[in-house]
Amino acid sequence: MIVARRRAGSHLPGLTIFLGLAVVALYAHFAEEPFIITLATRAAILALAGVGLNLALGWGGLVSLGHAAFFGIGGYSMGVLASHAQDGVPLLAGLPGSNQMPIIWLTALIFSGLAALVIGAVSLRTSGVYFIMITLAFAQMLYQFAIGWRRYGGEDGLTIYVRNDFPGLDTLQPLTFFLISFALLGIALALCARLRASPFGLALDAARQSPGRVRAVGLDPYRLKLTAFVLSGMITGLAGALFADLNRFVSPSMLSWQTSGEIMVFVILGGVGRLFGPVVGAVGFVLLEHLLGGLPSRLFGGLFSGLGDHWHVWLGLLLLLVVLFAGGGLLGGIERIYRRLSHRDPT
Amino acid sequence: MTTALLAEQVLNGLQLGVMLFLVAAGLTLVFGVMGLINLAHGSLYMIGAFAAAWTKAASGSFMLGLLASMLAAAVAGIVIELLVMRRLYARDHLEQVLATFALILVFSEGTRWIFGDFPLYLDKPDWLSGPVMLPGGLQYPLYRLTLIGVGIAVALGLYLLVERTRTGMRIRAGQSDRDMVAVLGIDIDKLFTLVFALGAALAGLAGALVGTLQSVQVGMGEPMLILAFVVIVIGGIGSIKGAFAGSLLVGLTDTLGRALLPGLIDPLIPSSSTSYGTTLASMLVYILMAMVLIVRPNGLFGRALEQRR
Repeated sequence: MIVARRRAGSHLPGLTIFLGLAVVALYAHFAEEPFIITLATRAAILALAGVGLNLALGWGGLVSLGHAAFFGIGGYSMGVLASHAQDGVPLLAGLPGSNQMPIIWLTALIFSGLAALVIGAVSLRTSGVYFIMITLAFAQMLYQFAIGWRRYGGEDGLTIYVRNDFPGLDTLQPLTFFLISFALLGIALALCARLRASPFGLALDAARQSPGRVRAVGLDPYRLKLTAFVLSGMITGLAGALFADLNRFVSPSMLSWQTSGEIMVFVILGGVGRLFGPVVGAVGFVLLEHLLGGLPSRLFGGLFSGLGDHWHVWLGLLLLLVVLFAGGGLLGGIERIYRRLSHRDPT
Repeated sequence: MTTALLAEQVLNGLQLGVMLFLVAAGLTLVFGVMGLINLAHGSLYMIGAFAAAWTKAASGSFMLGLLASMLAAAVAGIVIELLVMRRLYARDHLEQVLATFALILVFSEGTRWIFGDFPLYLDKPDWLSGPVMLPGGLQYPLYRLTLIGVGIAVALGLYLLVERTRTGMRIRAGQSDRDMVAVLGIDIDKLFTLVFALGAALAGLAGALVGTLQSVQVGMGEPMLILAFVVIVIGGIGSIKGAFAGSLLVGLTDTLGRALLPGLIDPLIPSSSTSYGTTLASMLVYILMAMVLIVRPNGLFGRALEQRR
């Protein structure tokens, strides 16, 4: 009981930041700052990708360094369908392309799920450091494929000129597209919360902590983990479709190892295994990118020229500090401060 | 394809293979002895290449450049071992991945900051350029042939070091039981630093040697790193012998695939824009890896890997 209560309470900071994202977007809408809405949308979509990875990484204990594969498959689902709709060329066997978001999302979910099934089925035969390297290698394989796939832009990527439609909504409105992304993020979070409390979630938790005991009670850890991996890949794939729609552009870089690493950074920066961890991490990442990237490059007479251009140096150092000295990520840090404050409280 | 062309491609495959081995050897040693997965190994490769290019430009001597590549990579390796890696040995793999990913960001962006976006060029010395006549009438670039020789020599040296010397004995002992080695009074910290520096120097050397064939630029390390991962997954993590076998297998598969597949596949699937043979060839080593894993989940030379922590 106490555990349950504490856990519910610890969602509060994360929930605040999640809702804060919507407040910022609404404020930006009325202040007519479309760029800020775009930033908020970016944060929501990246958070969704992180929510997907968190399912495998935080709860299943599966350190996948290849989630860019699913992110990119989602992106290419959008790119391929929308480019056919744009050119009016039938896709396969007379089947037309589509610029309808629900159809694109469904395609992204199906294909990223299938890819996760195949990649997971092979990779889960191993564990530990092998698993990390293999997932990375599979993502790299798809990256190579995308580079060679000239029909859809190859190395240069694929530009879609108009944002795709959602029935009954004007998706060209930045706020509308933000709300769509935000709603999907909310649904994914709710789903994860439900899943975590379900028998499947509990069994998965157990499979991470002690596969032997799970096997002893008659459950199959391999199948539990594979299910989690597929669900995880599907959520990240959906995020990829949205991300491509946000940029109206998809390229092999969505499949690159840097993308895999960055998705992992969202999860860890926020706090691995925590429901709102990826949201906090993605918001933090986008803020850092914006703030550090905008640092004046001519500070101190050019002594530090490139301070802003090379913001990845600072991101790297910050990440290093978080990993080495602050376990639990940003949410863990907030929680520690919380606890210290409440301990001082005499009641 | 004629026999001469095929022989040339086999040599190219061997050349890629031995260079991969230089990178993979360090990775697999560091994992075997310290249980650490180091994503920043590709950065050490890059540092070696930049150090060589810079030294060559400043001094005009290629050999000095090679020396600088090993020295710079070893120094960078020692610095990150002392500052970062040391704190990671006892942590889980996730934290190791993240911390070393962070190091990649710092190294890549830092190098771009110093040297700019444009690639540097590292020319091979005159006495190594030009073709050489092989038995059977095959002309082959002397430089590439030298790389094969250097790679094999280093592999042999590493084998002798690990199997025949006292230091090697300690390294092997560290691989099988770290705590016991420490209990026996061997300075384990010094051993770790040494192994790390050795792996770094090899990666740096590979960076300089390959950088001469291609160009020296930021981001050159990671494709090599990922291929090296494929190599040690195929060979079995922690095994030098496995790394060597895996390197040659990957080098040959990749090179021969790229040479042969377009001719075999493209007539079957005609496409105006995409060469499916080329695309399949670039995916071939990963398919090879998946197949090896299905048959032998611990790699060709790998022991069943218990949780090393």
